[in-house]
Amino acid sequence: MREVLADIDRWRSQGKRVALARVVGTEGSSPRLPGATMVVSDSGEVAGSVSGGCVEAAVVTEALDVLAGDGRPRLCSFGYSDDEAFAVGLTCGGTIRVMVEPLEW
Amino acid sequence: MSRLFEALAAALRAEEPVALVEVVEGPEDLFGGKIVVRPGADAVVLGSLGDPDLDRVVSRDALGELAAGMSVTRHYGLHGEARARDVGVFIESFAPPPRMVIFGAVDFTAALARVAKVLGYHVTVCDARPVFATRARFPMADEVVVAWPDRHLAEIGPTLGVRDAVCVLTHDPKFDVPAIAAALATGVGYLGAMGSRRTTLEREARLREAGVDPAGLGRVMAPIGLDVGARTPEETAVAICAEIIACRTGRAAPSLRDASGPIHRDSPVRTVSPT
Repeated sequence: MREVLADIDRWRSQGKRVALARVVGTEGSSPRLPGATMVVSDSGEVAGSVSGGCVEAAVVTEALDVLAGDGRPRLCSFGYSDDEAFAVGLTCGGTIRVMVEPLEW
Repeated sequence: MSRLFEALAAALRAEEPVALVEVVEGPEDLFGGKIVVRPGADAVVLGSLGDPDLDRVVSRDALGELAAGMSVTRHYGLHGEARARDVGVFIESFAPPPRMVIFGAVDFTAALARVAKVLGYHVTVCDARPVFATRARFPMADEVVVAWPDRHLAEIGPTLGVRDAVCVLTHDPKFDVPAIAAALATGVGYLGAMGSRRTTLEREARLREAGVDPAGLGRVMAPIGLDVGARTPEETAVAICAEIIACRTGRAAPSLRDASGPIHRDSPVRTVSPT
């Protein structure tokens, strides 16, 4: 969270809305600890990260969807995916749970 | 609209301890509920998870997790009952940054301060010599203090804890013996001292003369750093910080202290210079 405060301030001062994506649980091998945070502005800018880069793109999609929709928080799970070469998943074999919500609290 | 977040951000900017608690499992009307908890004589709880009893129990537990620097998910009943799993809350602890105090204002100090900043430490450089302990020489440090090490430690010692580190890089007995003896009187988690194997042996003898017992000597990582063949100040800084991580996690990494023979070997070495 600490490392994305400046980005949040900047985007908000530009009148942008911000979505927060935060790792709130992990199982097995996972690249980042709970608390790892990524923020996404409504114009699609990104700061921070929630994994080693495996699921960031999917989280950005969720974040923009949350901002465009009813604004309710959602919990997204990402695990190992081997059924499709380019499916979203962690290659390390672990699972992470990411809370995605508008930063309006 | 952003009252909770502003309180959280203000505490983070001030580097003060704060915990953010959020309902991540449970009934839909509670899902996403948050409280922000700040410790102190009058602990402050902002926001609500949707039930006053749940708020009370969870904020008490959050203060405990924050004191231990732990981020965890805990489960409760709808009104905070233990041994129930109706509600899962993620407690994220934001402890203030750990501190590193470096004694000795030398080139190794600048490199160590830089690497420690990368790792998130609040870095203090302390040296008794005003010519060397200057802001201009250590712009990366959070604080540059001109003082005798033992006097500085007498001042800040009581606030040092297991997450903090003291690195003695003076390798001059008139500074490092009192610095190490004073650091041993604190609860600091890591204490390392730079010097050759000869310096280390001589220093151990002086520390014993100064009344340091074997348990105290056992706390001193000297020669400081992992035995990775570091040569430059920057490589040495990485070896020191890696040793601090290994000491914290209890992993078996080869410390110079536990090896023998020369710290620097004469075989040709190719070093990587920082850009």
